[in-house]
Amino acid sequence: MSDSTEPYLKINGVTKMFDDFTALKDVSLEIFEGEFVCFLGPSGCGKTTLLRAIAGLDIQTSGSVQQGGTDISNLPPSERDFGIVFQSYALFPNLSISRNVGYGLENRKASKAEITARVSELLELVGMPEQGDKYPAQLSGGQQQRVALARALATSPGLLLLDEPLSALDAKVRVHLRHEIKQLQHQLGVTTIMVTHDQEEALTMADRIVVMNEGTIDQVGTPLEIYRHPTSPFVADFVGTMNFLKAVITGSDKVRIGDAEIGLASPLEDARDGSIVTVCVRPEDVIARDIATKADNIIETVVKDLEFLGSFYRAMLLLNDNQGSILLADFSINLVRDIGIEEGKTIQVRIPSSRIRVFSDSEGS
Amino acid sequence: MSDLALPGIRAIKPTLSRDDKIMRGFIVMVGVWMVVAVLLPLYFMLSKSAEDHDGNFIGLANFQEYFSTPALFYSIENSFFIAIISTLITITLAFQFAYALTRSTIPGKGAFKTIALIPILAPSLLPAISFVYFFGQQGVIKELLFGNEIYGPIGIIMGEVFYTFPHALMILITALSTADGRLYEAALSLRASRTKIFFTVTLPGIKYGLISAVFVVFTLVITDFGIPKVIGGQFNVLATDIYKQVIGQQNFEMGAVVSVVLLIPAILAFIVDRIVQRKQVALLTARAVPYEAKPARGFDFFMLAYCALIGFLILAILGMAIYASFITFWPYNMTFSLTNYNFDVMDGGGWNSFSNSITMAAYTAVIGTTIIFTGAYMVEKAKGFGAVRGTIQFLCILPMAVPGMVLGLAYIFFFNHPDNPLNFIYGTMAILVICTISHFYTVSHLTAMTALKQMDPEFEAVSASLKVPFYKTFIQVTVPVCLPAILDISIYLFVNAMTTVSAVIFLYSTETNLASVAALNMDDAGDVAPAAAMCVMIVFVSATVRIFHALFTRGMAKRSQLWRQR
Repeated sequence: MSDSTEPYLKINGVTKMFDDFTALKDVSLEIFEGEFVCFLGPSGCGKTTLLRAIAGLDIQTSGSVQQGGTDISNLPPSERDFGIVFQSYALFPNLSISRNVGYGLENRKASKAEITARVSELLELVGMPEQGDKYPAQLSGGQQQRVALARALATSPGLLLLDEPLSALDAKVRVHLRHEIKQLQHQLGVTTIMVTHDQEEALTMADRIVVMNEGTIDQVGTPLEIYRHPTSPFVADFVGTMNFLKAVITGSDKVRIGDAEIGLASPLEDARDGSIVTVCVRPEDVIARDIATKADNIIETVVKDLEFLGSFYRAMLLLNDNQGSILLADFSINLVRDIGIEEGKTIQVRIPSSRIRVFSDSEGS
Repeated sequence: MSDLALPGIRAIKPTLSRDDKIMRGFIVMVGVWMVVAVLLPLYFMLSKSAEDHDGNFIGLANFQEYFSTPALFYSIENSFFIAIISTLITITLAFQFAYALTRSTIPGKGAFKTIALIPILAPSLLPAISFVYFFGQQGVIKELLFGNEIYGPIGIIMGEVFYTFPHALMILITALSTADGRLYEAALSLRASRTKIFFTVTLPGIKYGLISAVFVVFTLVITDFGIPKVIGGQFNVLATDIYKQVIGQQNFEMGAVVSVVLLIPAILAFIVDRIVQRKQVALLTARAVPYEAKPARGFDFFMLAYCALIGFLILAILGMAIYASFITFWPYNMTFSLTNYNFDVMDGGGWNSFSNSITMAAYTAVIGTTIIFTGAYMVEKAKGFGAVRGTIQFLCILPMAVPGMVLGLAYIFFFNHPDNPLNFIYGTMAILVICTISHFYTVSHLTAMTALKQMDPEFEAVSASLKVPFYKTFIQVTVPVCLPAILDISIYLFVNAMTTVSAVIFLYSTETNLASVAALNMDDAGDVAPAAAMCVMIVFVSATVRIFHALFTRGMAKRSQLWRQR
């Protein structure tokens, strides 16, 4: 990794139109050398389109892309510097694993011995030594994905692009490979962009996450920032589980939900008493233990339903706001047993002010 | 992909890579081929139909003359009559045969299918010649016609049914074998009767295949020349009219008029077929469970008897041609000899026409496959260039709508035009090869497209990212993976080049006479047995090449089973 503060990849005002459909709207983004960045968003949000624009596979309609200080906006993929792994792996079925991995090297005037050495080094790297003589069809999905990764890294590209690389795999293999790819990326220090619709994947792998929605970037930040401080209702909703509760402003740092007064950590900007806002809180931030010792931000609720999810319970709590609003809360098994939470019971919960996000209603949700 | 951008923002103009330029160059070459080998000749033919003998433009006067000459326009009715009756019979027979092969548990399905496909290996005049031996003046079973004449509609229809049977069969087998077994299980569990299941599950499922088969057979029959020429007698159809006008009366303008008249139903059938094909996408989802026939004694026995009967008839028709070709002088000297194979002493063309045919078929297969597959690859995989690619895609499908007789005549008008710089290929082997490739372009192109669409669309992207030029990936990956389709295309072109008469009948010269044309001319001169012998030689070569193809394919499958997924 270099110390320079100059970004390695600079995307400036990129717009991509497919006939009348705008797939990307004026997208700008900076990615630094050695970073692992995830483009996260629902299908159709433009994340793959942005990746393909960076690769030159579907060049943007307008806007520029700079890589390593050079403007590559209009260059064809063959004149850019990247390695790519697709969801389908796109391994050449009639070539052995070794020849697949060495495919990009054969064209570079490397000697046979050099190629052989590099190929076995790469296969070692992805944890598949001595599998070089097999064909792709003889490998499992996870193994094929490793080979595709080795092939993309063979020519030591400056940028590694991963287009939903794990979504065709079984859940267990996926979790395992997730970790391995992250390790490998860290070890090689190659700047990496991964497209995914799986928020868990993005949260566990990325240095920074770029959340996209309807052709625009909604938020860029570290996984923790994205999870803790979503800047839009969309991000709040898309990443993790979130409660959205209607509330009325009752002071610069106070809102009312039903008949409960909720204090906020910091004063609201542009707060007008009586206007409606949306209060967001994550189910795991709802507290039910040691309520008696605290006096603030307490809400009385009725347990409407208790769903067992293995390592914890998810409770549906009915708020006393005459609208039948529901607050989801995650309670540990111990807690449920200790407090004796059960369906139909009235319990008090607390929402810590530091864990509350408030969005004005014009931001929608 | 539009170049539209927000006002005031500079639109990006992608730089073309070397790969892009090469691919576009190829695409333009395919386009030029289509324009020179199909569009321009057709244009010349169309303009010829509106000219008098001296080349002056006279508007629709020729058409007026055509429609006021009963002897000419009666052929339209005749052609449609033959085409409709033959289509009905062929589809009925082929449907039941296909049904037996896909929905019953009869033994010997492979053998039945092989036998049913034999007619493809023969020129269309072979069944006509056989029927002459069965039902002609000296026919062995002419009593079965109860005094009716084989020369005329009866003979033509019987010949067409033989000739088009395998074409209908292949489409119907495909349609019937893509059934979802779950639908049948659901119908059975709802206690639907066999008849009800047939009309509510089976027929809707194969609707498109059935319509497609109808139009394919109709087009084949209405454009066929060989059968009505040999066994049509005084019964005129459009295809033979073109021949008579051009070769018999040297009336090229009227030949062009008849061609236009023949082109219309062929193009209409083509359009309907295209629309139907488009609707057929993805009837069978990935989750479908293939239908598996269950044994049913009475039904299976009936189906076996039916297949045996059809198989017997096909073999009998082929067998008669072979048998007759070895008879010294039917019916006076019924001893076996090779007299009829002494082509060099016959009128119509000697053994060299046979070797010409093989040469022509080989060139067509090798050059045609190269052009068609490469062209399809470029059209499918090139980036950008949308309008041009779309146009060329359309041009590649167009030849299917052009009857062979029409294409051949159009070639005369275009390539024999004194001002055409390509005039020098007239009368050479080259024009025969170009015409045959163009004539059979569409099916080959569609085969190539199907194979290419099954390839991962990202192979080219991966190659580009690895800085490997596309042609390297084309040769190292695309061609090996698509080899079965490539071999299918080449065998299709080879066999059709061996058996075709319609287009080349106008284009051969004394040095480039072909076996199928020689057979036709020998028959015309009254040498029916030698004509049968020539047809037998054509079948022999086609069958041999087919068998080698099958063996090669099997060997290849064995070698590539390591990497080829099922």
